[in-house]
Amino acid sequence: MPVRVQIEDFDLSAEVAALRAGNAKVGAVAAFIGTVRDMNDGEGVASMELEHYPGMTETALEEIVTEAKRRWPVFDATVIHRVGPLQPLDQIVLVAVTSAHRGEAFAACEFIMDYLKTAAPFWKKEQTAQGARWVDARVSDDAALARWGLRSTNLAGDE
Amino acid sequence: MRIQLRFFASVREALGTGAEMLELPADVRTVGDVRAFLRQRGGAWEETLAEGRALRMAWNHQMTGADTPIADGGEVAFFPPVTGG
Repeated sequence: MPVRVQIEDFDLSAEVAALRAGNAKVGAVAAFIGTVRDMNDGEGVASMELEHYPGMTETALEEIVTEAKRRWPVFDATVIHRVGPLQPLDQIVLVAVTSAHRGEAFAACEFIMDYLKTAAPFWKKEQTAQGARWVDARVSDDAALARWGLRSTNLAGDE
Repeated sequence: MRIQLRFFASVREALGTGAEMLELPADVRTVGDVRAFLRQRGGAWEETLAEGRALRMAWNHQMTGADTPIADGGEVAFFPPVTGG
């Protein structure tokens, strides 16, 4: 279960190749990549800085992947999340999942992303023409997690 | 009891520090107690850690609620709602 937090960029092809290497039971690979937009909440974004909680971040991501594996018969998953300075067009996050059939690969991949958005300790700070600002958490991210039967307390601030 | 404190993102900036070792009196027993104890410092501490502010808490690298008991040598963290992905 490779979970990585890193400053460096990642290569989708290399990660997928490593994830399914030698496993002929794999019939489906679903992958999601999140990228940096040049616009957020109506303002141009020149660059951003991603902060995280070393130690807790890795633990949280591993627990999220473990929960996905408990819910769906997936073989393995790779989660890579970048930190540090990022520019528009840069890749931020990769989630890739292998399974026998597409349904569980799609579902587990989306579940991992939805869970990550509300439970993994990362924070984005954007540079805009008006100066630097911390990105606000979104109600829609809590709602996305609720579809999986999990209650997010990200915005409420308490468990 | 002695614990490690960690602060992140906007909370870290508002408090002007990312980490601190803290010696606690015996009546500080939960994560919520630590939050209240730090508020007594006033100023940015009182404001940033105020009740009703969207603040997340962790005990030993697990998201947690105010009622979670703490123990000597552990780590308490305060930070805003997460915004990764």
